[in-house]
Amino acid sequence: MAIKAGSLVEACSTRITKTGAWRTFVPVFDHEKCIKCSLCEIYCPEGCIHQEEGLFVPDLDYCKGCSVCANECPRMAVTMILEEK
Amino acid sequence: MSEKTANMKVVEGSYAVAHAVMCCRPDVISAYPITPQTHIVENLSQMVADGELDSEFLTVDSEFSALSVLVGSSAAGGRCYSSTTSQGLALMYEVLYNVSGMRMPIVMNVANRAIGAPLNIWNDQQDAIGARDVGWLQIYAENVQEAVDATLQAYKIAEDVQIRTPIMVCMDGFVLTHVYEPVELLDKEKAEEFLPDYQPADILDPAHPKTFGAFADPSTFTEFRYQQFEAQQKALIKIEKVAREFEETFGRYYGGLLDGYFLDDAEIVIVTLGSVIGTIKDAIDAMRAEGKKVGLLKVRSYRPFPVQALRKALKDASVIAVIEKDVAIGGEAGLVTDLKAAFYNSNIRSPIIGFTAGLGGRDITIKDIRNIVAKAEVARKGIQSEFEFLNLRTEIL
Repeated sequence: MAIKAGSLVEACSTRITKTGAWRTFVPVFDHEKCIKCSLCEIYCPEGCIHQEEGLFVPDLDYCKGCSVCANECPRMAVTMILEEK
Repeated sequence: MSEKTANMKVVEGSYAVAHAVMCCRPDVISAYPITPQTHIVENLSQMVADGELDSEFLTVDSEFSALSVLVGSSAAGGRCYSSTTSQGLALMYEVLYNVSGMRMPIVMNVANRAIGAPLNIWNDQQDAIGARDVGWLQIYAENVQEAVDATLQAYKIAEDVQIRTPIMVCMDGFVLTHVYEPVELLDKEKAEEFLPDYQPADILDPAHPKTFGAFADPSTFTEFRYQQFEAQQKALIKIEKVAREFEETFGRYYGGLLDGYFLDDAEIVIVTLGSVIGTIKDAIDAMRAEGKKVGLLKVRSYRPFPVQALRKALKDASVIAVIEKDVAIGGEAGLVTDLKAAFYNSNIRSPIIGFTAGLGGRDITIKDIRNIVAKAEVARKGIQSEFEFLNLRTEIL
């Protein structure tokens, strides 16, 4: 990424700068338990939870593993798992 | 009346500076009143209300908001101005870094004042010296005329496309903000010629979106910082150049980075910044009449710190005494520490001694300057005390 004076870069720089690598725990969704209330999507501070073919999934390029989705889920459908690579 | 004094008017320092700001034609002014800065922004507010100055004057709830408003205004392409002091500058701290990091050429007069606790509204320079590393340029004025002239010069330096760095124009609170002295107010037309309208290189524009104040991970953060560091080095040349251009237009010059007084043959050199220089010059006049080879070096630009210029200016001094109105609690004080650092790798081996004085508005007198010179004469033969609080009232401790 080329940089310009003034902490100034082309618009939409977060598309290049992926921040998911900061994550220690990864949310794992149990779609059987999910009632599609969308609270995880609403509360996610990164806005990275979205629906794919009707199922709620996190975008792991940006998910930082904060656990807000797991805490907010009324059906305990989200479990935080230590991510090891 | 000589030609030199024909256009002089006796006005309050704060009015003179506000008038200079008016001549700079800022698009947006935002400030929060705090003693001893209040009169500057009060005058500006009046000028806007009277239609003398066509600026957006935004009143806000705090200094944090005042400078934050200018971040947005500057990103949108406006020439921006604020002024503050003391706790107000401290409250701006986070935003000071945002402004310099986003390379916004904002100019701010700092009416130097002590920082509490203990509560004290009087002059020293702890506020600005404490903010020396935030990435802003800092110029210190000796008198009201210099504060006026430096304010106009500041925009020309800050807005240079190679520099794009904010500037604090520092003037001692009360001593310069509240004093009435003869000043040549800037001529509006000449000021406009000297400082044309601001042409920003990049602006917030929905048609051409850009990310301002971007997220920078470890792979780019160092380079953003380096660019700021490099811009300050370039400012060393620009500050001098602008001071000379100012001289051509307005006929006044009192140093770009530094200025000397009886420096050429001086054996004992006092180094300082700000309004105490007036007193020191009087003391030097008296001591010179007695045959003492005392001189003065004024540091006008504290950031960037003019290392090479200082080495050149002080190469023949046999002893150097630094006097300053700040203290780096746990260390020594800003200027003396920086000066020693500047000389360590040079050939200059003259003793350097430091004095913190004039804290919280305590007067620095001619007698005090003589006292410092006497101590410097002792230090010449061997340093007894490397750093001390001048006139410490040990009887109340």
